[in-house]
Amino acid sequence: MVMDWWYGLLGGGLIGLSATLLLAFNGRIAGISGMVNGAITFARAESWRWIFLVGMLGGGALYEYGLAPSPTPTYGLTPVTMVIAGLLVGFGTRMGNGCTSGHGVCGLGRLSVRSLAAVISFMVAGFVTVFITRHVLGL
Amino acid sequence: MKFQQHLVTLISGLLFGLGLGYAQMIDPEKVIGFLDLFGAWDPTLAFVMGGAVAVTLVTFRFILKRPYPILGGKFYVPTRQDIDRPLILGAALFGIGWGIGGYCPGPAITALVLGSLNPVLFLVAMVVGSLAYKALGDRTPPVAPAPENRPS
Repeated sequence: MVMDWWYGLLGGGLIGLSATLLLAFNGRIAGISGMVNGAITFARAESWRWIFLVGMLGGGALYEYGLAPSPTPTYGLTPVTMVIAGLLVGFGTRMGNGCTSGHGVCGLGRLSVRSLAAVISFMVAGFVTVFITRHVLGL
Repeated sequence: MKFQQHLVTLISGLLFGLGLGYAQMIDPEKVIGFLDLFGAWDPTLAFVMGGAVAVTLVTFRFILKRPYPILGGKFYVPTRQDIDRPLILGAALFGIGWGIGGYCPGPAITALVLGSLNPVLFLVAMVVGSLAYKALGDRTPPVAPAPENRPS
């Protein structure tokens, strides 16, 4: 368990470094929902976002198949659950202009009040949701 | 110049994916474990977010003092300060989906490398949800001529 915390700090540090490089060199915010929303316009000016997404897959593969201390488990949450979760995340992040990376990692780093409000909102909503699914509904 | 920017983008993406891997955020159980305050609470996500924000809090201060990015161009940084309903409601809807599925956008994309179906289903639905909001938003008539450079 404590080892997980150290890996969490390491992973968080790498994410912070990633966001630092992208802002310092290219002037861009490493917000992943925005990355996806830009990429799927397939506009030429947004094509760089696909490079970032491919890089993410490369980094994930490098971790999982090269560096991971143990394989990452996968779970059998039902397909319907995943679709409902995905719809809410897609709709909500577009409406709220960001997710854990854009509002969390980058927004808090910029001391943005909007991002702080968003982080509080999605954290509280997440806590309440899991309380309901795990402890009220017993899923 | 253009090539250098793309190289930075690629490296940055790679570090992001690698970080999510080490942080085990590509494991939905770790995320739901963090959100489960009243169960066997798993604080890992707090270390991940804390580690990332500890870096950006320091580096962004210096970066944003520069007139422009190292490779030229300009900073594409949101300028809005207002806290409006769509921000809070949107973030809350996102938080509900996050709690249900244990994925936010970054980890879902990175988890594609695990070869299981769930991240694929999640991402397809996420894109549909995002386009649905865009379609709804586009239907409401603009009150005033929309400002040209709305921060993204």
